[in-house]
Amino acid sequence: MLKHKESFQTVDKSLKRTVSLFLFLLFILLIMCLISLGTGHLSMTPSEVWFTLIGEGTDRNALLLFQFRLPRIFIAILVGVGMGVSGAIFQGVTQNGLADPGIIGIHSGSGFFVVLYLYIISLQNTQLTGDSQFSQISLPFAAFVGGLTAAILIYALAWKKGVNPIRLILVGIGVNAGFSAALLVIQLRMAESDFNRAIVWLSGSIWNSTWSTVWSLLPWILLFLPLAMFKARVLTIMQLGDDMATGLGTSIEKERIYLIVIGVALASASVAAAGGISFLGLLAPHLARRLVGGKYQRLIPITACIGAGLLLFSDTVARTLLAPTEIPVGLLVSVLGAPYFIYLLMTIDD
Amino acid sequence: MEEIRKNQLTKKETQKRLMKRLRAPHPTVLILLVSLVVLVAAMFLSIGYGAAQLSWRMIVDALISFDSTNTEHLILMDLRIPRVLGAALIGAFLAVAGVIMQALTLNPLASPSIMGVTSGSAFMIAIAFALYPQSNYIQLILWSFAGAALGAGMVFMIGAFTKRGLTPVKLALAGAAVSALLQSLSTMIAIHFNVARDMSFWFAGGLAGVRMESVTAAAVLAGVGLLGAFLLSRSLTILSLGEEMAKGLGLRVGWIKGCSLIIVLLLTGAAVSIAGTVGYVGLIIPHMAKKMMGLDYRFVIPAAALFGAILLVVSDVAARVINAPYETPIGALTSLIGVPFFLYLARKEGRG
Repeated sequence: MLKHKESFQTVDKSLKRTVSLFLFLLFILLIMCLISLGTGHLSMTPSEVWFTLIGEGTDRNALLLFQFRLPRIFIAILVGVGMGVSGAIFQGVTQNGLADPGIIGIHSGSGFFVVLYLYIISLQNTQLTGDSQFSQISLPFAAFVGGLTAAILIYALAWKKGVNPIRLILVGIGVNAGFSAALLVIQLRMAESDFNRAIVWLSGSIWNSTWSTVWSLLPWILLFLPLAMFKARVLTIMQLGDDMATGLGTSIEKERIYLIVIGVALASASVAAAGGISFLGLLAPHLARRLVGGKYQRLIPITACIGAGLLLFSDTVARTLLAPTEIPVGLLVSVLGAPYFIYLLMTIDD
Repeated sequence: MEEIRKNQLTKKETQKRLMKRLRAPHPTVLILLVSLVVLVAAMFLSIGYGAAQLSWRMIVDALISFDSTNTEHLILMDLRIPRVLGAALIGAFLAVAGVIMQALTLNPLASPSIMGVTSGSAFMIAIAFALYPQSNYIQLILWSFAGAALGAGMVFMIGAFTKRGLTPVKLALAGAAVSALLQSLSTMIAIHFNVARDMSFWFAGGLAGVRMESVTAAAVLAGVGLLGAFLLSRSLTILSLGEEMAKGLGLRVGWIKGCSLIIVLLLTGAAVSIAGTVGYVGLIIPHMAKKMMGLDYRFVIPAAALFGAILLVVSDVAARVINAPYETPIGALTSLIGVPFFLYLARKEGRG
């Protein structure tokens, strides 16, 4: 009886800890937003940012904030959430700490279909400008189809009497290379302006930061993030291994498919907005796991915060470090994430 | 007793294998001859194809008596011939580098592009472009060698610090991560120093701007490496049967490994300095060569060199045909060919 009460207390305490951690991370994210709003090629003091936000700044500052910096920050946050949570889901589903939608080829699959879609559109009507709103909204759908195709391909190719985690990653790397090469071949058939747009999907960059991109991405995150939370319990059980999970009354294969669809949706909508940013889906869940452990009910919100924070930070650095030239943020995240991947590889057991 | 029996068995097995390999050299020689003919034919095809149509007679004419006032002769000498020679050399270098790496590591997935050696080269070339834009061909090649050493060194370090060493699959993962890191850094350098335009073809691999000077410089340096590979081929045969056995047969394993590593760096560095990172050649070709030639590296190495050269010369023609008048990066083409093969190997190898 006493033991039961004790464990109840510890659960209560760690829940409280998670909530306070979550609020703390949100607070940090808010501060980072304010800093990010002020920094850039044209910098502003925090007080200027504040007055502009409440509508009492100069017109020039208002234009800069509302038309350029604010959408960009929103995109960074949404993409960070999408890719981070997607990484957490893939790590849970494949029971593999090395899984990341970028490394295993989901991103390049999405990118390939997006570029293919843009190419087909540009063939049908040469005047793209009129429907740019329409094409922006439809991009995540094209990306989703691509992501699913890549996921099915990877799963089918890695299947050999079950899916071995490391073989899955290796097959993913191959699929990734294949889609990237195909992407390069298609790009050359495109017109110059579309070509430049397509280049973005190779390295990952929040480059086309307009409100229409925000609106095309937001519904996907708002729909699939709660779904992921809803399935968090299943992910936690899956970590115990397939046999245990089946024993606890979870139909593994069916749940796995649901979860993969959710993960692919989050990843591909993010790719449609910001291109293939690798290693973010690896870093965010691992950092979150260090903080709150492996329970997905807690892991997913913390991962979302950390993913958003990481990408916002990287994007701010990427556009200020060598201003006025911008580094694609995907490169910066790779430089941070690749050493961590190597570290994981060195310590992981077969 | 058990041990002795085992020893006898393995020795018998080696003898059997050695015999099998040395028994029928004629078909292998025939294959080598046929592929040499195919290579020459492909090279002529490549020289003849292009925006400006050159007749066969003209080509022969230009080769016999070169006329520097004739535009067609100039196109041939300044554009077409360096290009086709470059393609053939890169293919040969990368393929032989792959053969040696697979023999050394006993790892079927080992190859210059997968182990991060080519990305290392490209990284150092990016630095050279940024800091010393006036570098000549020789200097570029030296930077490229240093880069190859950097990439290979990083992967080997990871292997050294990994519990129970790198399994084939882990090695591929480590190589992919090192490549991702180095490629990101090189792109950042390229963007910062505004040399992205010069660099872009280096990452995807392209033969469009190949100059005769860079081809000759690379050919001389890597030719030494190729010669070394032929000289080492007998030792590599024995080494590929296992380190223990090689030691037992009186081979100086450390010395051979060191030499082979230097040869790999020479070959890969030279290849990257000509046309950037061309992936998967060093993976597919060695497997093909071993399949056709058996395990005797005295035949495998020349065969790999010829097959690699053929593959790249043909791919280069295809790269010009597919999207004419634009050129497809040759690295993208070899990837499209190589990825299915890589997936096949990954399925076969991916036990853990």
